[in-house]
Amino acid sequence: MLLKKYEKIKNLQNFTINFGPQHPAAHGVLRLILELSGEVILRADPHIGLLHRGTEKLIENKTYFQALPYFDRLDYVSMMAQEQAYSLAVEKLGSISVHPRVQAIRVLFCEITRLLNHMLAVGCHALDVGAMTPFLWLFEEREKLLEFYERASGARMHAAFIRPGGIACDLPLGLLDDIYSFSKQFIFRLNEMEEMLTSNRIWKERLIDIGIVTAKDAITWGFSGVMLRSAGLPWDVRKAQPYDGYDCYDFEIPVGNSGDCYDRYLIRVEEMRQSLRIIGQAINFISSMQNVPICNKIESKTFMESLISHFKFCTESFILPKGETYLAIEAPKGEFGVYLISEALENPYRCKIKAPGFGHLQALNFICQGHMIADVVTVIGTLDIVFGEIDR
Amino acid sequence: MLKSLFFLVPCYLYQENNQEKILFITLDNLFSVLSFLKQHIFSQFNLLTCISGIDFLGIKNRFCVVYELLSLTFNCRLRVKIFIDTYGFLYSCCSIFLCANWWEREIWDMFGIFFKYHPDLRRILTDYGFDGFPLRKDFPVCGYIDLRYDPKKRLICSEPLELSQNFRMFVFESQW
Repeated sequence: MLLKKYEKIKNLQNFTINFGPQHPAAHGVLRLILELSGEVILRADPHIGLLHRGTEKLIENKTYFQALPYFDRLDYVSMMAQEQAYSLAVEKLGSISVHPRVQAIRVLFCEITRLLNHMLAVGCHALDVGAMTPFLWLFEEREKLLEFYERASGARMHAAFIRPGGIACDLPLGLLDDIYSFSKQFIFRLNEMEEMLTSNRIWKERLIDIGIVTAKDAITWGFSGVMLRSAGLPWDVRKAQPYDGYDCYDFEIPVGNSGDCYDRYLIRVEEMRQSLRIIGQAINFISSMQNVPICNKIESKTFMESLISHFKFCTESFILPKGETYLAIEAPKGEFGVYLISEALENPYRCKIKAPGFGHLQALNFICQGHMIADVVTVIGTLDIVFGEIDR
Repeated sequence: MLKSLFFLVPCYLYQENNQEKILFITLDNLFSVLSFLKQHIFSQFNLLTCISGIDFLGIKNRFCVVYELLSLTFNCRLRVKIFIDTYGFLYSCCSIFLCANWWEREIWDMFGIFFKYHPDLRRILTDYGFDGFPLRKDFPVCGYIDLRYDPKKRLICSEPLELSQNFRMFVFESQW
């Protein structure tokens, strides 16, 4: 009897465990089922959808204006980038052109969004791996950026600032000066953070040669953004298919060569520096241009007919001509696309959201295989996943 | 050059609107067209960006499945479209593009379009044990079941949904 029991235990080789959905390193509500042999991962099966809110279905039942705020709530750390994708898609369908100054404001805020996202990505990644201080330092900077969001739009996170046809309202006085002084001091904060991490022995040991993705794999897995660039492919939608006047800005795309987690960390840091460059250029561009009235409301406040027209426009929304478009932008996490179909109604017939995180997370099994269980945390951190956009 | 390439592909319609290239193909050709576009030296659409489903309720071939392809070499996007009917199925293209796996699972989950030879066709975004295909146009926005926590039983229980008022959609004759 005793002998039999002993044999049974010996036969047990693989071990299946649940990682998440409440694990803090799962970055939200990821339920990861790991099949382990000792501490080595044989198979990782991510179960997603725990944050599914049916955004695409809801958008189909809303007008074009009402659909916009859903985009803030997809990837809730890079809000304005997604607003921009949706707005650009609507503008493309309706052949609406946007004033260059408005475009520059969009670019300015999208780069602020990129800073916000990368700060969270790097900070949380470091926290997951075990370094707590960079996280605290970066969140202090994030708070300043969220204040800029608040001053421009009134909301800290879910801004609904970039709208189809332009932006919600003009920038308040003095905001550009403050963003400028922020960007001046932020470089030093970034350097401080790099001093903590870049040459840190533990950080390097945890990241170098972990989660290697070659260029060929990155393409077959449909990667985009930092994940693709870390594999050595210099692909950036801002450069390749410029939108909102990104072709007027002078910036560079950092590219990795080994495709491991450390490369992706370095790329994110370098992208923050490039974002600062773009922010500086955008500030100059905006302040050099005449202030244009973004929306002439004088008429609607003096004439009744215009008021009625304005009211009907805001409540009933507008009708886009029949057509369809796929519009992709370089969101901080990768290529964020909106596939919008209009059937000449005031609501979109279909709005498919291509979230970069969805594509990256499905490669988790491929990236993690053969790694140790502690490396799963590193890989999840480097994928930079946020469940708002993956589950939609 | 790209345009002449499309004469080689068995498609029944090639469209270009808004500078976006769209290829309409039939079910039988899906596999060959996708692998041709991926491997041909003059197209190299080797990155599948996403696959999306559309439900055109009311027409015979109700579902449309759209493949967004991207060629990094030529900096070019292409959309491949297939129409199928309610009971139709598609062939999975996981063997060509690895990333098709989850996108196809999502379409199966949301529209109920079956993908033949898919390695792992499970539901992905909806809850475990969910019934119905939510992105179909005949699925109501509010759904059919109500999920709540019962503090007395200390259980999460699901009940048929009862709303005193349905979801209302106001569509007026608009002046624009």
